Amino acid sequence: MTEAKKEKFIVPIGPQHPALKEPGNFEFTVDGEIVTDAAVRLGFVHRGIEKACENRNYTQDLYLLERVCGICSHVHATAFVLGVEKLAGVQAPPRAEAIRVLAAELERIHSHLLWFGVAAHEAGFDTLFMYTWRDREVVMDILETLSGSRVHYSVNILGGVKIDVDQKLSDLIKKDMDFLEERTEYYMKVVTTDDTFLGRTRGIGTLSKDRAKLLGAVGPTARASGVKRDIRVNAPYSGYKEFPVKMVIDQTGDLEARFVVRLKELYESYRLIREILEKIQPGEITTRIKRKIPEGEVISRVEAPRGELFYYIKSNGTEMPDRVKVRTPSLCNWGTITDVAVGHKLADMPMLLAGIDPCFSCNDRMVEIRSDSQPSQMMNWDGLRKYGIEYYR
Amino acid sequence: MSTDSENFYAQIVNKLKNWARINSPWAIHFNSGSCNGCDIEILATLTPRYDVERLGIKLQGSPRHADVLIATGPVTLQALDRLIRVYEQMPDPKYVIAVGSCALSGGVFDGCYSVIGDLNKVIPVDVYVPGCPPRPEAIIFGVVQLLDSLKKGKKPTKIVVSNDVPELIIEEKSNGNN
Ligand code: SF4
Repeated sequence: MTEAKKEKFIVPIGPQHPALKEPGNFEFTVDGEIVTDAAVRLGFVHRGIEKACENRNYTQDLYLLERVCGICSHVHATAFVLGVEKLAGVQAPPRAEAIRVLAAELERIHSHLLWFGVAAHEAGFDTLFMYTWRDREVVMDILETLSGSRVHYSVNILGGVKIDVDQKLSDLIKKDMDFLEERTEYYMKVVTTDDTFLGRTRGIGTLSKDRAKLLGAVGPTARASGVKRDIRVNAPYSGYKEFPVKMVIDQTGDLEARFVVRLKELYESYRLIREILEKIQPGEITTRIKRKIPEGEVISRVEAPRGELFYYIKSNGTEMPDRVKVRTPSLCNWGTITDVAVGHKLADMPMLLAGIDPCFSCNDRMVEIRSDSQPSQMMNWDGLRKYGIEYYR
Repeated sequence: MSTDSENFYAQIVNKLKNWARINSPWAIHFNSGSCNGCDIEILATLTPRYDVERLGIKLQGSPRHADVLIATGPVTLQALDRLIRVYEQMPDPKYVIAVGSCALSGGVFDGCYSVIGDLNKVIPVDVYVPGCPPRPEAIIFGVVQLLDSLKKGKKPTKIVVSNDVPELIIEEKSNGNN
Protein backbone atom coordinates (compact mmCIF):
# COMPACT_ATOMS: atom_id res chain seq x y z
CA MET A 1 0.00 0.00 0.00
CA THR A 2 2.64 2.51 0.90
CA GLU A 3 5.41 1.85 -1.55
CA ALA A 4 7.62 4.18 0.45
CA LYS A 5 11.08 4.41 -1.03
CA LYS A 6 13.60 6.88 0.21
CA GLU A 7 11.59 10.03 -0.05
CA LYS A 8 9.00 10.94 2.50
CA PHE A 9 5.46 9.91 2.01
CA ILE A 10 2.37 11.47 3.38
CA VAL A 11 -0.40 9.04 4.07
CA PRO A 12 -3.69 10.81 4.50
CA ILE A 13 -6.40 8.76 6.07
CA GLY A 14 -10.07 9.44 6.04
CA PRO A 15 -12.31 11.25 6.45
CA GLN A 16 -14.68 8.50 5.51
CA HIS A 17 -13.63 5.35 7.24
CA PRO A 18 -15.84 2.62 8.47
CA ALA A 19 -14.10 1.60 11.62
CA LEU A 20 -14.48 4.65 13.78
CA LYS A 21 -17.87 5.48 12.32
CA GLU A 22 -16.98 9.10 12.44
CA PRO A 23 -15.21 11.38 10.04
CA GLY A 24 -11.79 12.71 10.79
CA ASN A 25 -8.73 13.17 8.69
CA PHE A 26 -5.26 12.16 9.77
CA GLU A 27 -2.05 12.78 8.00
CA PHE A 28 0.92 10.68 8.84
CA THR A 29 4.24 11.46 7.30
CA VAL A 30 6.17 8.25 6.99
CA ASP A 31 9.77 7.45 6.34
CA GLY A 32 9.65 3.87 5.20
CA GLU A 33 7.54 2.26 7.84
CA ILE A 34 8.23 4.70 10.64
CA VAL A 35 5.94 7.63 11.25
CA THR A 36 7.86 10.88 11.45
CA ASP A 37 5.05 13.34 11.78
CA ALA A 38 1.35 13.29 12.42
CA ALA A 39 -1.41 15.78 12.02
CA VAL A 40 -5.12 15.64 12.63
CA ARG A 41 -7.73 17.55 10.77
CA LEU A 42 -11.01 17.78 12.57
CA GLY A 43 -14.18 19.67 11.98
CA PHE A 44 -16.20 17.42 9.72
CA VAL A 45 -19.01 17.19 12.19
CA HIS A 46 -18.95 20.76 13.37
CA ARG A 47 -22.57 21.67 13.85
CA GLY A 48 -22.44 24.96 15.73
CA ILE A 49 -24.01 23.75 18.95
CA GLU A 50 -22.52 26.43 21.17
CA LYS A 51 -24.04 29.14 19.05
CA ALA A 52 -27.34 27.35 18.83
CA CYS A 53 -27.47 27.24 22.63
CA GLU A 54 -27.76 31.00 22.71
CA ASN A 55 -30.98 30.93 20.75
CA ARG A 56 -32.73 28.39 22.91
CA ASN A 57 -33.89 28.46 26.47
CA TYR A 58 -32.25 26.47 29.22
CA THR A 59 -34.59 23.51 28.98
CA GLN A 60 -34.19 23.26 25.24
CA ASP A 61 -30.43 23.56 25.60
CA LEU A 62 -30.46 20.55 27.84
CA TYR A 63 -31.71 18.37 25.03
CA LEU A 64 -29.48 20.00 22.49
CA LEU A 65 -26.37 19.54 24.61
CA GLU A 66 -27.25 15.96 25.26
CA ARG A 67 -26.79 15.50 21.56
CA VAL A 68 -23.28 16.82 21.54
CA CYS A 69 -22.25 13.22 21.77
CA GLY A 70 -24.21 10.06 21.42
CA ILE A 71 -21.89 8.04 23.60
CA CYS A 72 -21.64 10.27 26.63
CA SER A 73 -24.86 12.22 26.40
CA HIS A 74 -25.64 12.01 30.08
CA VAL A 75 -22.46 13.68 31.29
CA HIS A 76 -23.01 16.63 28.98
CA ALA A 77 -26.45 17.17 30.39
CA THR A 78 -25.12 16.71 33.92
CA ALA A 79 -22.38 19.27 33.46
CA PHE A 80 -24.85 21.77 32.06
CA VAL A 81 -27.47 21.13 34.68
CA LEU A 82 -24.99 21.40 37.54
CA GLY A 83 -23.76 24.71 36.19
CA VAL A 84 -27.22 26.16 35.74
CA GLU A 85 -28.30 24.95 39.16
CA LYS A 86 -25.29 26.66 40.68
CA LEU A 87 -26.21 29.89 38.91
CA ALA A 88 -29.79 29.65 40.09
CA GLY A 89 -28.74 28.76 43.61
CA VAL A 90 -30.74 25.57 43.59
CA GLN A 91 -29.63 22.24 44.94
CA ALA A 92 -31.08 19.05 43.52
CA PRO A 93 -32.42 16.65 46.16
CA PRO A 94 -30.03 13.90 47.30
CA ARG A 95 -32.00 11.15 45.63
CA ALA A 96 -31.74 12.99 42.32
CA GLU A 97 -28.01 13.40 42.76
CA ALA A 98 -27.65 9.70 43.41
CA ILE A 99 -29.65 8.83 40.32
CA ARG A 100 -27.48 11.15 38.27
CA VAL A 101 -24.42 9.25 39.44
CA LEU A 102 -26.14 5.96 38.78
CA ALA A 103 -26.86 6.95 35.20
CA ALA A 104 -23.37 8.35 34.78
CA GLU A 105 -21.79 5.10 35.90
CA LEU A 106 -24.06 3.02 33.70
CA GLU A 107 -23.03 5.24 30.86
CA ARG A 108 -19.39 4.77 31.73
CA ILE A 109 -19.85 1.01 31.56
CA HIS A 110 -21.52 1.21 28.18
CA SER A 111 -18.91 3.61 26.88
CA HIS A 112 -15.94 1.58 28.08
CA LEU A 113 -17.37 -1.64 26.70
CA LEU A 114 -18.05 0.07 23.41
CA TRP A 115 -14.52 1.37 23.28
CA PHE A 116 -13.08 -1.98 24.24
CA GLY A 117 -14.92 -3.61 21.38
CA VAL A 118 -13.80 -1.02 18.86
CA ALA A 119 -10.21 -1.23 20.05
CA ALA A 120 -10.30 -5.01 19.76
CA HIS A 121 -11.66 -4.59 16.26
CA GLU A 122 -8.74 -2.35 15.38
CA ALA A 123 -6.40 -5.05 16.56
CA GLY A 124 -8.10 -7.52 14.25
CA PHE A 125 -9.71 -9.25 17.18
CA ASP A 126 -13.24 -9.34 15.90
CA THR A 127 -14.43 -12.09 18.20
CA LEU A 128 -13.72 -9.88 21.16
CA PHE A 129 -15.54 -7.05 19.44
CA MET A 130 -18.63 -9.18 19.11
CA TYR A 131 -18.35 -10.42 22.68
CA THR A 132 -18.10 -6.97 24.20
CA TRP A 133 -20.91 -5.59 22.13
CA ARG A 134 -23.10 -8.48 23.08
CA ASP A 135 -22.41 -7.77 26.73
CA ARG A 136 -22.91 -4.10 26.16
CA GLU A 137 -26.50 -4.81 25.21
CA VAL A 138 -27.04 -5.73 28.85
CA VAL A 139 -26.23 -2.19 29.91
CA MET A 140 -28.24 -0.78 27.06
CA ASP A 141 -31.21 -2.76 28.29
CA ILE A 142 -30.81 -1.34 31.77
CA LEU A 143 -30.57 2.17 30.43
CA GLU A 144 -33.61 1.61 28.30
CA THR A 145 -35.69 0.22 31.14
CA LEU A 146 -34.53 3.07 33.29
CA SER A 147 -35.17 5.92 30.92
CA GLY A 148 -36.95 4.69 27.82
CA SER A 149 -34.14 5.34 25.41
CA ARG A 150 -31.01 3.52 24.50
CA VAL A 151 -28.82 6.44 23.67
CA HIS A 152 -30.13 9.82 24.73
CA TYR A 153 -31.56 8.98 28.11
CA SER A 154 -32.58 12.49 29.13
CA VAL A 155 -32.23 11.64 32.77
CA ASN A 156 -31.56 15.20 33.87
CA ILE A 157 -33.91 18.08 34.10
CA LEU A 158 -33.14 21.41 35.65
CA GLY A 159 -33.44 20.92 39.37
CA GLY A 160 -33.46 17.16 39.46
CA VAL A 161 -33.99 14.05 37.43
CA LYS A 162 -36.84 12.64 35.45
CA ILE A 163 -36.56 9.00 36.29
CA ASP A 164 -36.65 6.94 39.43
CA VAL A 165 -35.51 3.47 40.37
CA ASP A 166 -37.77 1.07 42.16
CA GLN A 167 -36.99 -2.15 43.95
CA LYS A 168 -37.70 -4.38 40.98
CA LEU A 169 -35.42 -2.42 38.73
CA SER A 170 -32.65 -2.26 41.26
CA ASP A 171 -32.74 -6.04 41.69
CA LEU A 172 -32.48 -6.40 37.94
CA ILE A 173 -29.55 -4.02 37.75
CA LYS A 174 -27.73 -5.83 40.54
CA LYS A 175 -28.16 -9.13 38.78
CA ASP A 176 -26.83 -7.68 35.54
CA MET A 177 -23.88 -6.17 37.32
CA ASP A 178 -22.89 -9.62 38.54
CA PHE A 179 -23.02 -10.91 35.00
CA LEU A 180 -20.96 -8.03 33.67
CA GLU A 181 -18.41 -8.37 36.42
CA GLU A 182 -17.87 -11.97 35.46
CA ARG A 183 -17.42 -10.98 31.83
CA THR A 184 -14.99 -8.21 32.72
CA GLU A 185 -12.97 -10.77 34.60
CA TYR A 186 -12.60 -12.63 31.34
CA TYR A 187 -11.68 -9.51 29.35
CA MET A 188 -9.07 -8.67 31.91
CA LYS A 189 -7.57 -12.09 31.39
CA VAL A 190 -7.50 -11.62 27.63
CA VAL A 191 -5.96 -8.19 27.82
CA THR A 192 -3.21 -9.15 30.22
CA THR A 193 -2.34 -12.66 29.05
CA ASP A 194 -3.21 -13.13 25.39
CA ASP A 195 -0.01 -13.09 23.36
CA THR A 196 -1.51 -11.71 20.18
CA PHE A 197 -3.09 -8.90 22.06
CA LEU A 198 -0.02 -8.11 24.10
CA GLY A 199 2.02 -7.96 20.91
CA ARG A 200 -0.12 -5.08 19.80
CA THR A 201 -0.33 -3.25 23.10
CA ARG A 202 2.59 -3.86 25.42
CA GLY A 203 5.23 -1.17 25.21
CA ILE A 204 3.47 0.57 22.35
CA GLY A 205 2.65 4.23 22.41
CA THR A 206 4.16 4.87 25.79
CA LEU A 207 3.28 8.27 27.13
CA SER A 208 5.40 9.35 30.06
CA LYS A 209 3.87 11.05 33.05
CA ASP A 210 5.55 14.35 32.27
CA ARG A 211 4.48 14.35 28.65
CA ALA A 212 0.94 13.45 29.63
CA LYS A 213 0.85 16.37 32.03
CA LEU A 214 2.42 18.71 29.53
CA LEU A 215 0.06 17.77 26.72
CA GLY A 216 -2.93 18.07 28.97
CA ALA A 217 -4.12 14.50 28.66
CA VAL A 218 -7.25 13.71 30.61
CA GLY A 219 -9.25 10.73 31.69
CA PRO A 220 -8.07 7.15 31.35
CA THR A 221 -5.34 8.22 28.93
CA ALA A 222 -3.78 10.39 31.61
CA ARG A 223 -4.44 7.94 34.40
CA ALA A 224 -2.72 5.17 32.47
CA SER A 225 0.39 7.35 32.53
CA GLY A 226 0.19 7.87 36.26
CA VAL A 227 -1.33 11.34 36.27
CA LYS A 228 -3.83 11.69 39.08
CA ARG A 229 -6.60 13.34 37.16
CA ASP A 230 -10.16 12.34 37.87
CA ILE A 231 -12.75 14.99 38.62
CA ARG A 232 -14.86 12.49 40.51
CA VAL A 233 -12.04 12.29 43.06
CA ASN A 234 -10.27 15.63 42.72
CA ALA A 235 -13.36 17.77 42.89
CA PRO A 236 -16.35 15.56 43.73
CA TYR A 237 -19.59 16.86 42.29
CA SER A 238 -23.20 15.85 42.53
CA GLY A 239 -23.65 12.43 44.10
CA TYR A 240 -19.96 11.60 44.11
CA LYS A 241 -19.65 13.50 47.40
CA GLU A 242 -21.85 10.93 49.02
CA PHE A 243 -20.66 7.96 47.00
CA PRO A 244 -16.90 8.38 46.54
CA VAL A 245 -14.97 6.44 43.93
CA LYS A 246 -11.42 5.17 43.95
CA MET A 247 -9.11 6.49 41.30
CA VAL A 248 -7.60 3.86 39.04
CA ILE A 249 -3.99 4.60 38.22
CA ASP A 250 -1.35 2.83 36.20
CA GLN A 251 2.24 3.91 35.85
CA THR A 252 3.25 2.21 32.60
CA GLY A 253 1.61 4.59 30.16
CA ASP A 254 1.54 2.22 27.21
CA LEU A 255 -1.47 0.93 25.35
CA GLU A 256 -1.82 -2.05 27.62
CA ALA A 257 -2.08 0.27 30.59
CA ARG A 258 -4.90 2.15 28.91
CA PHE A 259 -6.77 -1.08 28.45
CA VAL A 260 -6.17 -2.14 32.02
CA VAL A 261 -7.16 1.22 33.48
CA ARG A 262 -10.45 1.25 31.64
CA LEU A 263 -11.27 -2.30 32.58
CA LYS A 264 -10.44 -1.62 36.22
CA GLU A 265 -12.71 1.39 36.09
CA LEU A 266 -15.48 -0.94 35.09
CA TYR A 267 -15.07 -2.83 38.37
CA GLU A 268 -15.22 0.45 40.21
CA SER A 269 -18.42 1.36 38.39
CA TYR A 270 -20.04 -1.99 39.22
CA ARG A 271 -19.17 -1.50 42.84
CA LEU A 272 -20.49 2.04 42.90
CA ILE A 273 -23.74 1.13 41.23
CA ARG A 274 -24.35 -1.62 43.77
CA GLU A 275 -23.54 0.76 46.59
CA ILE A 276 -25.93 3.40 45.27
CA LEU A 277 -28.72 0.89 44.89
CA GLU A 278 -28.15 -0.30 48.46
CA LYS A 279 -27.92 3.05 50.08
CA ILE A 280 -30.15 5.32 48.07
CA GLN A 281 -32.56 7.23 50.30
CA PRO A 282 -36.20 7.67 49.42
CA GLY A 283 -37.28 11.21 48.75
CA GLU A 284 -38.04 13.86 46.19
CA ILE A 285 -36.35 13.78 42.84
CA THR A 286 -36.97 17.34 41.69
CA THR A 287 -36.96 20.85 43.07
CA ARG A 288 -38.46 23.91 41.55
CA ILE A 289 -36.27 26.14 39.48
CA LYS A 290 -37.17 29.45 37.87
CA ARG A 291 -37.21 29.80 34.12
CA LYS A 292 -35.10 32.92 34.28
CA ILE A 293 -31.62 32.21 35.51
CA PRO A 294 -29.96 35.05 37.47
CA GLU A 295 -27.11 36.88 35.83
CA GLY A 296 -23.68 35.42 36.35
CA GLU A 297 -21.14 33.00 35.04
CA VAL A 298 -20.09 29.59 36.17
CA ILE A 299 -17.82 26.74 35.26
CA SER A 300 -18.78 23.18 35.76
CA ARG A 301 -16.54 20.16 35.49
CA VAL A 302 -17.51 16.53 35.40
CA GLU A 303 -15.71 13.32 34.59
CA ALA A 304 -16.93 11.88 31.32
CA PRO A 305 -15.95 8.33 30.34
CA ARG A 306 -13.13 9.84 28.29
CA GLY A 307 -11.94 12.38 30.82
CA GLU A 308 -12.67 15.80 32.15
CA LEU A 309 -15.57 17.60 30.58
CA PHE A 310 -15.67 21.32 31.10
CA TYR A 311 -18.60 23.68 30.72
CA TYR A 312 -18.64 27.42 30.98
CA ILE A 313 -22.04 29.04 31.16
CA LYS A 314 -22.78 32.74 31.19
CA SER A 315 -26.24 33.95 31.96
CA ASN A 316 -27.62 37.41 31.32
CA GLY A 317 -30.67 37.07 33.47
CA THR A 318 -33.01 35.91 30.73
CA GLU A 319 -34.40 32.53 29.80
CA MET A 320 -31.54 31.92 27.40
CA PRO A 321 -27.86 31.63 28.18
CA ASP A 322 -25.53 34.31 26.94
CA ARG A 323 -22.71 31.93 26.19
CA VAL A 324 -22.08 28.25 26.58
CA LYS A 325 -18.61 26.93 26.07
CA VAL A 326 -17.85 23.25 26.00
CA ARG A 327 -14.46 21.65 26.20
CA THR A 328 -14.55 17.95 25.71
CA PRO A 329 -12.01 15.34 26.76
CA SER A 330 -11.34 13.91 23.31
CA LEU A 331 -9.94 17.18 22.12
CA CYS A 332 -7.46 17.28 24.99
CA ASN A 333 -6.30 13.80 24.17
CA TRP A 334 -5.74 14.42 20.48
CA GLY A 335 -2.55 16.26 21.35
CA THR A 336 -1.07 13.10 22.78
CA ILE A 337 -1.55 11.30 19.47
CA THR A 338 0.58 13.62 17.43
CA ASP A 339 3.23 13.26 20.10
CA VAL A 340 3.08 9.53 20.62
CA ALA A 341 2.73 8.58 16.96
CA VAL A 342 6.18 9.80 15.99
CA GLY A 343 8.67 6.96 15.86
CA HIS A 344 6.07 4.25 15.72
CA LYS A 345 5.23 1.99 12.85
CA LEU A 346 2.38 2.92 10.57
CA ALA A 347 0.85 -0.41 11.45
CA ASP A 348 0.50 0.72 15.05
CA MET A 349 -1.52 3.78 14.23
CA PRO A 350 -5.01 2.30 14.36
CA MET A 351 -4.41 0.94 17.82
CA LEU A 352 -2.81 4.14 19.00
CA LEU A 353 -5.76 6.15 17.80
CA ALA A 354 -8.22 3.78 19.31
CA GLY A 355 -6.22 3.91 22.52
CA ILE A 356 -7.36 7.39 23.40
CA ASP A 357 -10.94 6.48 22.64
CA PRO A 358 -11.43 9.25 20.15
CA CYS A 359 -14.83 10.74 19.69
CA PHE A 360 -15.18 13.22 16.91
CA SER A 361 -18.68 14.39 17.38
CA CYS A 362 -17.87 16.02 20.65
CA ASN A 363 -14.71 17.84 19.78
CA ASP A 364 -15.86 18.97 16.39
CA ARG A 365 -17.52 22.02 17.64
CA MET A 366 -14.24 23.74 16.80
CA VAL A 367 -14.02 25.62 13.58
CA GLU A 368 -10.99 24.58 11.62
CA ILE A 369 -9.51 26.08 8.52
CA ARG A 370 -9.82 23.83 5.53
CA SER A 371 -6.72 23.25 3.47
CA ASP A 372 -7.48 22.40 -0.10
CA SER A 373 -4.20 20.77 -0.99
CA GLN A 374 -5.08 17.12 -0.95
CA PRO A 375 -2.10 14.84 -1.27
CA SER A 376 -2.66 12.07 -3.72
CA GLN A 377 -1.84 8.87 -1.85
CA MET A 378 -5.05 8.12 -0.09
CA MET A 379 -5.48 5.27 2.30
CA ASN A 380 -8.70 4.79 4.04
CA TRP A 381 -9.07 3.76 7.60
CA ASP A 382 -10.10 0.30 6.70
CA GLY A 383 -7.00 -0.04 4.58
CA LEU A 384 -4.83 1.08 7.42
CA ARG A 385 -6.50 -1.27 9.84
CA LYS A 386 -6.01 -4.22 7.52
CA TYR A 387 -2.45 -3.12 6.97
CA GLY A 388 -1.86 -3.13 10.70
CA ILE A 389 -3.38 -6.55 11.15
CA GLU A 390 -1.43 -8.01 8.25
CA TYR A 391 1.75 -6.49 9.56
CA TYR A 392 1.48 -8.27 12.86
CA ARG A 393 0.32 -11.56 11.43
CA MET B 1 -32.14 -10.26 -34.46
CA SER B 2 -28.86 -9.50 -32.78
CA THR B 3 -30.38 -6.62 -30.82
CA ASP B 4 -33.04 -8.96 -29.57
CA SER B 5 -30.59 -11.46 -28.23
CA GLU B 6 -28.54 -8.64 -26.78
CA ASN B 7 -31.61 -7.41 -25.02
CA PHE B 8 -32.28 -10.87 -23.80
CA TYR B 9 -28.82 -11.17 -22.28
CA ALA B 10 -28.99 -7.72 -20.80
CA GLN B 11 -32.24 -8.65 -19.17
CA ILE B 12 -30.80 -11.81 -17.73
CA VAL B 13 -27.79 -9.99 -16.40
CA ASN B 14 -29.98 -7.30 -14.90
CA LYS B 15 -32.15 -9.88 -13.25
CA LEU B 16 -29.12 -11.61 -11.90
CA LYS B 17 -27.70 -8.37 -10.58
CA ASN B 18 -30.94 -7.48 -8.95
CA TRP B 19 -31.23 -10.89 -7.39
CA ALA B 20 -27.75 -10.59 -5.97
CA ARG B 21 -28.40 -7.10 -4.74
CA ILE B 22 -31.54 -8.06 -2.92
CA ASN B 23 -30.02 -11.10 -1.36
CA SER B 24 -26.88 -9.43 -0.23
CA PRO B 25 -26.80 -5.66 -0.36
CA TRP B 26 -23.52 -4.08 0.56
CA ALA B 27 -23.85 -0.95 2.53
CA ILE B 28 -21.57 1.90 3.30
CA HIS B 29 -22.04 4.13 6.26
CA PHE B 30 -21.33 7.82 6.17
CA ASN B 31 -21.49 10.18 9.09
CA SER B 32 -22.25 13.68 7.94
CA GLY B 33 -22.11 15.36 11.28
CA SER B 34 -24.20 13.14 13.47
CA CYS B 35 -23.84 13.04 17.21
CA ASN B 36 -22.68 9.44 17.11
CA GLY B 37 -25.85 8.08 18.57
CA CYS B 38 -27.13 6.90 15.22
CA ASP B 39 -23.74 5.57 14.20
CA ILE B 40 -23.46 3.52 17.32
CA GLU B 41 -26.89 2.08 16.70
CA ILE B 42 -25.91 1.22 13.15
CA LEU B 43 -22.83 -0.48 14.47
CA ALA B 44 -24.99 -2.28 17.00
CA THR B 45 -26.98 -3.82 14.18
CA LEU B 46 -23.84 -5.72 13.24
CA THR B 47 -23.35 -7.23 16.64
CA PRO B 48 -24.69 -10.53 17.91
CA ARG B 49 -28.07 -9.41 19.18
CA TYR B 50 -29.23 -7.88 15.89
CA ASP B 51 -26.71 -9.30 13.46
CA VAL B 52 -27.75 -7.98 10.05
CA GLU B 53 -25.23 -10.17 8.36
CA ARG B 54 -27.65 -13.01 8.76
CA LEU B 55 -29.82 -11.11 6.27
CA GLY B 56 -26.91 -10.80 3.91
CA ILE B 57 -26.38 -7.14 4.61
CA LYS B 58 -22.73 -6.31 4.80
CA LEU B 59 -21.29 -3.07 6.02
CA GLN B 60 -18.02 -2.35 4.32
CA GLY B 61 -15.60 0.44 3.73
CA SER B 62 -15.33 1.47 0.14
CA PRO B 63 -18.06 3.44 -1.63
CA ARG B 64 -17.10 1.73 -4.87
CA HIS B 65 -18.37 -1.59 -3.59
CA ALA B 66 -21.56 -0.30 -2.08
CA ASP B 67 -25.16 -0.55 -3.16
CA VAL B 68 -26.67 1.26 -0.25
CA LEU B 69 -25.50 4.43 1.44
CA ILE B 70 -26.58 4.66 5.04
CA ALA B 71 -26.17 8.28 5.99
CA THR B 72 -26.61 9.85 9.39
CA GLY B 73 -26.42 13.37 10.68
CA PRO B 74 -27.66 16.80 9.71
CA VAL B 75 -25.12 17.27 6.85
CA THR B 76 -22.60 19.79 8.09
CA LEU B 77 -21.08 22.16 5.58
CA GLN B 78 -17.70 20.56 6.17
CA ALA B 79 -18.89 17.09 5.39
CA LEU B 80 -21.03 18.19 2.48
CA ASP B 81 -18.66 17.68 -0.43
CA ARG B 82 -17.36 14.48 1.11
CA LEU B 83 -20.87 13.16 1.24
CA ILE B 84 -21.50 14.06 -2.38
CA ARG B 85 -18.19 12.54 -3.35
CA VAL B 86 -18.96 9.30 -1.59
CA TYR B 87 -22.36 9.22 -3.24
CA GLU B 88 -20.92 9.84 -6.67
CA GLN B 89 -18.30 7.17 -6.24
CA MET B 90 -20.94 4.54 -5.70
CA PRO B 91 -21.83 2.49 -8.76
CA ASP B 92 -25.35 2.70 -10.18
CA PRO B 93 -27.97 1.81 -9.18
CA LYS B 94 -27.54 3.20 -5.72
CA TYR B 95 -29.87 3.73 -2.84
CA VAL B 96 -29.75 6.00 0.15
CA ILE B 97 -31.12 5.38 3.60
CA ALA B 98 -31.28 8.38 5.90
CA VAL B 99 -31.04 7.29 9.50
CA GLY B 100 -32.12 9.49 12.37
CA SER B 101 -34.10 12.64 12.87
CA CYS B 102 -31.05 14.69 11.99
CA ALA B 103 -30.88 13.35 8.48
CA LEU B 104 -34.61 13.81 8.09
CA SER B 105 -34.94 17.40 9.11
CA GLY B 106 -31.92 18.51 11.04
CA GLY B 107 -33.45 17.29 14.29
CA VAL B 108 -32.20 19.22 17.29
CA PHE B 109 -29.61 20.89 15.13
CA ASP B 110 -32.22 22.58 13.00
CA GLY B 111 -31.21 26.18 12.58
CA CYS B 112 -27.56 25.75 13.45
CA TYR B 113 -25.37 27.85 11.20
CA SER B 114 -23.30 25.07 9.77
CA VAL B 115 -25.83 22.39 8.99
CA ILE B 116 -28.04 21.89 5.98
CA GLY B 117 -30.50 19.70 7.76
CA ASP B 118 -32.40 17.65 5.26
CA LEU B 119 -30.30 15.02 3.55
CA ASN B 120 -32.71 15.04 0.63
CA LYS B 121 -31.55 18.54 -0.26
CA VAL B 122 -28.16 17.10 -1.08
CA ILE B 123 -28.69 13.61 -2.44
CA PRO B 124 -31.88 11.72 -3.29
CA VAL B 125 -33.04 9.68 -0.33
CA ASP B 126 -34.98 6.45 -0.73
CA VAL B 127 -35.81 5.48 2.81
CA TYR B 128 -36.05 7.56 5.96
CA VAL B 129 -35.71 5.98 9.35
CA PRO B 130 -36.93 8.39 12.02
CA GLY B 131 -35.89 8.46 15.64
CA CYS B 132 -33.22 10.03 17.73
CA PRO B 133 -31.61 7.61 17.42
CA PRO B 134 -33.78 4.94 15.81
CA ARG B 135 -33.56 1.58 17.47
CA PRO B 136 -31.44 -1.01 15.67
CA GLU B 137 -34.65 -2.85 14.85
CA ALA B 138 -35.95 0.24 13.11
CA ILE B 139 -32.79 0.57 11.06
CA ILE B 140 -33.02 -3.04 9.99
CA PHE B 141 -36.66 -2.50 9.16
CA GLY B 142 -35.69 0.43 6.97
CA VAL B 143 -33.23 -1.69 5.04
CA VAL B 144 -35.79 -4.44 4.65
CA GLN B 145 -38.29 -1.94 3.28
CA LEU B 146 -35.75 -0.90 0.70
CA LEU B 147 -35.05 -4.48 -0.30
CA ASP B 148 -38.76 -5.19 -0.55
CA SER B 149 -39.25 -2.39 -2.98
CA LEU B 150 -36.28 -3.59 -4.99
CA LYS B 151 -37.86 -6.97 -5.25
CA LYS B 152 -40.86 -5.33 -6.79
CA GLY B 153 -38.49 -3.98 -9.36
CA LYS B 154 -38.74 -0.28 -8.91
CA LYS B 155 -36.82 2.33 -7.06
CA PRO B 156 -38.75 2.83 -3.88
CA THR B 157 -41.25 5.61 -3.81
CA LYS B 158 -42.21 7.05 -0.48
CA ILE B 159 -42.43 4.34 2.10
CA VAL B 160 -44.32 5.10 5.24
CA VAL B 161 -42.37 3.24 7.84
CA SER B 162 -44.84 4.01 10.56
CA ASN B 163 -47.87 2.09 9.32
CA ASP B 164 -46.44 -1.31 10.01
CA VAL B 165 -44.84 -0.73 13.37
CA PRO B 166 -46.93 1.73 15.33
CA GLU B 167 -45.41 0.78 18.67
CA LEU B 168 -41.92 1.67 17.48
CA ILE B 169 -42.97 5.15 16.55
CA ILE B 170 -44.60 5.80 19.88
CA GLU B 171 -41.35 5.00 21.56
CA GLU B 172 -39.37 7.18 19.22
CA LYS B 173 -41.64 10.13 19.88
CA SER B 174 -41.42 9.85 23.59
CA ASN B 175 -37.67 10.22 23.65
CA GLY B 176 -37.12 12.35 20.59
CA ASN B 177 -38.81 15.67 20.98
CA ASN B 178 -39.82 16.18 24.53
S1 SF4 C 1 -30.87 11.72 15.11
FE1 SF4 C 1 -30.34 11.98 17.26
S2 SF4 C 1 -28.99 10.26 17.70
FE2 SF4 C 1 -29.07 10.47 15.49
S3 SF4 C 1 -27.34 11.74 14.97
FE3 SF4 C 1 -29.11 13.09 15.22
S4 SF4 C 1 -29.02 13.77 17.34
FE4 SF4 C 1 -27.70 11.99 17.16
